Amino acid sequence: MIEAVREFFREMAADYPTWNFVFFYEQTQWEKVVSGLWMTVQLSVICVILSLVIGVIGAGMQGARSPVVRAVVSGYIQFFRNTPPFVQLLFFYFALGQFTPTYSPDGWLEIPIISNVGWAIISLSFFAGAFNVEIFRAGVEAVPKSTQEAAEALGYTRLQIFGYVVMPLALRVSIPALNNNLVNLVKTTTQAFVIAVPELLYESVTIWNDFPSAQNPMMTVLFFAYLGLVGIVVMSMNKWERTMRIPGYGG
Amino acid sequence: MSNTPTWTPDQPIISLKDVRKSFGDLEVLKGVSLDVMKGEVICIIGPSGSGKSTLIRCVNALNDIQAGSITVEGQEVHDPDLDKLELRKKVGMVFQQYNLFPHKTALENVMMAPLKVLKQGKADVEERAMKLLAKVRLQGKENSYPGELSGGQQQRVAIARSLAMNPDVMLFDEVTAALDPETVKEVLLTIKELAAEGMTCILVTHEMGFAREVADHIYFTDRGVIVEHGPPDTFFDAAQDPRTKEFLSQIL
Repeated sequence: MIEAVREFFREMAADYPTWNFVFFYEQTQWEKVVSGLWMTVQLSVICVILSLVIGVIGAGMQGARSPVVRAVVSGYIQFFRNTPPFVQLLFFYFALGQFTPTYSPDGWLEIPIISNVGWAIISLSFFAGAFNVEIFRAGVEAVPKSTQEAAEALGYTRLQIFGYVVMPLALRVSIPALNNNLVNLVKTTTQAFVIAVPELLYESVTIWNDFPSAQNPMMTVLFFAYLGLVGIVVMSMNKWERTMRIPGYGG
Repeated sequence: MSNTPTWTPDQPIISLKDVRKSFGDLEVLKGVSLDVMKGEVICIIGPSGSGKSTLIRCVNALNDIQAGSITVEGQEVHDPDLDKLELRKKVGMVFQQYNLFPHKTALENVMMAPLKVLKQGKADVEERAMKLLAKVRLQGKENSYPGELSGGQQQRVAIARSLAMNPDVMLFDEVTAALDPETVKEVLLTIKELAAEGMTCILVTHEMGFAREVADHIYFTDRGVIVEHGPPDTFFDAAQDPRTKEFLSQIL
């Protein structure tokens, strides 16, 4: 069966030289596609989670009494929202990367403790996190002061009010905007290409550098892979939105 | 760890002395004094903007004050070192807009504070919460969300939620002002039962008939001062101050 598929694509490449699905019949190329896709999935999942954590913490800090804390958060947002993620990746990897400590497994090599994948995760999480802070803040502002006051009158601390009352309500208001931002984040992981993170785009380009005839097939793979990945994100966000819906509350 | 060593039940459970409160340049309370004994029900009435709500919001420190003193069971409320949790365990509050947690069911609304704030055991809290909901006549509505309940029902959940903390005093801030006329009665009945059980209550209200019926003492405020006060019969039938008379003539 597998052999038949391989044979089919091998013949197809011979008949149509711009449609060489090389990864369907060459094991090494297949492994590149799979590992690229896996890296993209990992980057996406980790960055989504970290950016959500950053968003919640940032929104909480924006409600802090200290003006210094609030200024730090707003400075962070300005920096990450107003500069291109592409440039941020370069900056983190090449500029900050110079100052990160290194370790040496064999006494010769010097390996930085934060790899390019590590920098991509940090950079992209903070990038998307900046937007998430703003999204959650809008949600937090939609929670009536009076509801928080009721919790205060019941003896809740500020942190408890944020955790048990404000955030659960703010989250519901935030989901649609969050949806957009997370979709963007998944797509922005392709920019990790610039610091040689071996995600799907990077692997695809390596494949078509070796096999120029595979460029069309690789682009097709890229489109379908991202359609699929983003589709999963959107579907799970919609499902989440439905399970979070409160009877008799909101739209 | 009692921080109310000096208070005994024969002293006022709540005592305000010359309380002053401003919002910016606007002085809302201009020296208010009043005492409430344990088990007493007092009603504060007066025109809008006279400082009634501000007054009771100062009692549980939702608002701060600029001068004077407020004590609850002998404990100074506006002492910066005050343990606010201790205060709020003693003083329950019900609001005009109910302010239930919309993402929690009626039962969860009642259970949340004892669980999260007082860290009490779940089984125990649940049993008490069920009883409280039954007490406010909401059996069968335990699993309804606030959005599925009428205003009067929501307000009764709010009362149960506050009672779940086992307060010594209840503050009611115009709790029927946002309700449909037909649901006002059920809420007032609940409060009346509470009062009859001996709960110390301070009510800000526009329901004069109700005030006359349940209150031990009526306070009339206008422009930040207590103009006149007295037992309901004297107050309503033989008001002395012209401002009180004018107010009563407008609403009675």
